Amino acid sequence: MAEATETTRKRSQVADVDRSLYDFKYSEEGFERYADGLSTDIVRAISEKKDEPQWMLDMRLKALAIYEEMEMPANWGPSIEMLDLNHISAYVSPKTKQASSWDEVPEDIKNTFERLGIPEAERESLAGVGAQYDSEIVYHNMRAEVADQGVIYTTIEDALHDPELEPIVHEYFGKLIPMRDHKFAALHYAVWSGGSFVYVPEGVTLPYPLQSYFRLNAQGAGQFEHTLIIVEPGADLHFIEGCSAPKYYEANLHAGAVELFVKDNARLRYSTIENWSKNMFNLNTKRATVGADAKMEWVSGSFGSHVSYLYPTTIMQGARSTCEFTGITFAGATQDLDTGCKVILNGPDTTASVDTKSISKDGGINTFRSSIVVGRKADRARATVSCASLMLDDFSRSDTIPAMDVRNGSASVGHEATIGRISDDTILYLMSRGCSEAEARTMVVNGFADPVSKELPMEYAIEMNNLIKLEMEGAIG
Amino acid sequence: MSDQLLTISGLSAGTEDTPILHDINLSIGAGETHVLMGPNGAGKSTLGHVIMGDPVFQVTGGSIMFDGQDVTDKGADKRSLAGIFLSYQAPVEVPGVPLYSFLRTICQMRPELKTTARKFRARVGEIADQLDIDQSFLTRELNVGFSGGEKKKIEMLQLLLLRPKLAILDETDSGLDVDALSIVSKAIEAYRADCDGALLMITHNTRILERLSVDHTHVMVRGNLVADGPASLIDDIDSNGFARFENELAQKGVE
Repeated sequence: MAEATETTRKRSQVADVDRSLYDFKYSEEGFERYADGLSTDIVRAISEKKDEPQWMLDMRLKALAIYEEMEMPANWGPSIEMLDLNHISAYVSPKTKQASSWDEVPEDIKNTFERLGIPEAERESLAGVGAQYDSEIVYHNMRAEVADQGVIYTTIEDALHDPELEPIVHEYFGKLIPMRDHKFAALHYAVWSGGSFVYVPEGVTLPYPLQSYFRLNAQGAGQFEHTLIIVEPGADLHFIEGCSAPKYYEANLHAGAVELFVKDNARLRYSTIENWSKNMFNLNTKRATVGADAKMEWVSGSFGSHVSYLYPTTIMQGARSTCEFTGITFAGATQDLDTGCKVILNGPDTTASVDTKSISKDGGINTFRSSIVVGRKADRARATVSCASLMLDDFSRSDTIPAMDVRNGSASVGHEATIGRISDDTILYLMSRGCSEAEARTMVVNGFADPVSKELPMEYAIEMNNLIKLEMEGAIG
Repeated sequence: MSDQLLTISGLSAGTEDTPILHDINLSIGAGETHVLMGPNGAGKSTLGHVIMGDPVFQVTGGSIMFDGQDVTDKGADKRSLAGIFLSYQAPVEVPGVPLYSFLRTICQMRPELKTTARKFRARVGEIADQLDIDQSFLTRELNVGFSGGEKKKIEMLQLLLLRPKLAILDETDSGLDVDALSIVSKAIEAYRADCDGALLMITHNTRILERLSVDHTHVMVRGNLVADGPASLIDDIDSNGFARFENELAQKGVE
């Protein structure tokens, strides 16, 4: 424990003095970058480079056809008109092989992850780490004792080349998120690259989390990683994903997909801290299916991006399964974050609780959508949704759009939303005990976020507090 | 008058559209105990808030000197660091901010109070015992779900920790039961004894004043300070009320 505290202290010190923790970029000279826009040639080239089985190439080509035929989502949330897909490169790869030792990772890239604290966190508190830079995973490693229990943590590309794993990928890949789900799902399946494949065998509990970190360094590029996690019956996993990118003036696109299979009696905790730069269109799709007596826990912190469409979905198929969703979004100037979650309760005695917070400032816009669907067979299902918004000025916005579709008379569904501001009385109280105005406001915002930061892994909780501090300092001239 | 801790000269203040305080002159010397009395709505709390620097009120004339510096235009944080403390009638609740870490933060930002974590913990424990505050309160969120009496005790805890040069207690005694009142009285005595701090007590309750040696009593009516007398003025008001002062003010032609 002492070590962990020491680590976090160091991290917070770095963040305190270095406001550009995320905003550094390296040249992509010598990188392999495919032409902007999309074509059959590009899709074939990606597949060929990855030396994929025929079924995967077929899937990509089918997805491309669907992508070309589907319309852009109309009248849905914030505008994505500024996103010109003809000027996004679908594939940018550093000229490096995937390494299992940081010493083998090229200097620039290694520096990037060091500055983000990844190798340090790996030494201190993680069972395994994957690091993606632009379109490809550059580092992947897992502790031997975890591997010895039969846990698989690798890239989907490598899994496809492994004769034992390839059938598993084939069985699960694309089964939860169909390519016709929406236009960006189709795009994702056409050009996906990188991401993680995790398989936890029956009854295995991982002592530490696994963490994948996604870094998009290239300008005007897309990141389309695919995360596929299978937690077999009775197994237990905590998976952490982090994302960030430096700021560019051109639009970047993130259209990843996350498919999570949580079997009977298993537990999966999926934590995300997303801090994309503010030129990012984050159009990400995440979905979990949960078996009987199993538990799905989402912890989601969204701080970055220009526009986000993000609604992790949980399908509670098994009886007595539970889902907890804890989320926070922070929208500042130029940010329009459309987030929320969807829970489908199909099994009897299933329970879901959704607890989210949003903070808006400097004209930032937060929209929280929740969708609770209770199926006909979900006897005695219970769901509660609570959404609290904090607005730091008069020209920011916060909207809540709850939807409920209950088809079982014995189910109970509740929704509660509050929107508030920081009261002048609170600021006066804290200032009259010696806090500056900025400190007082930061204290209130951190306090508001506290129920969520408590759920985050330690180093991310500190990181979130620092992000709030940076944002708040910027807010007061 | 040069050794005064607080000197308010010709102070007028109010909200954007309503003048509240008119030409207030008030001086408090280091270590003195002053009592401010007056009928409801006279502007007593407003004066306390204006001395603390509440931005809701605008100063339209006059000045506030504290400990040798002009604080008229200073923010509440600067005044707090200079040694002014205001105990609120209704302390706010701040969700998600643990009481203990809040106390640590507001002490560590003062060079004269900076100390090790161990010594700080001992000091907080000592004061909490003195005020009959259950230690479990320290891990709770600042004032959240606390009863009125508990909130006042937490105000006294902060008073004794911060050791200000001037404490303004805005009806700290109101709405307290007998036990809580006795604890608050003890806290005020401890502040007088340990910190040799000056006090400005805004109160209706003369019982809390019985155990204090009061140097000056001020009476405020409709935003005017109309009397400055010795401790015995309290007994006078206790038996005769404020009618006399209100009539005098009316005769002077103040509406």
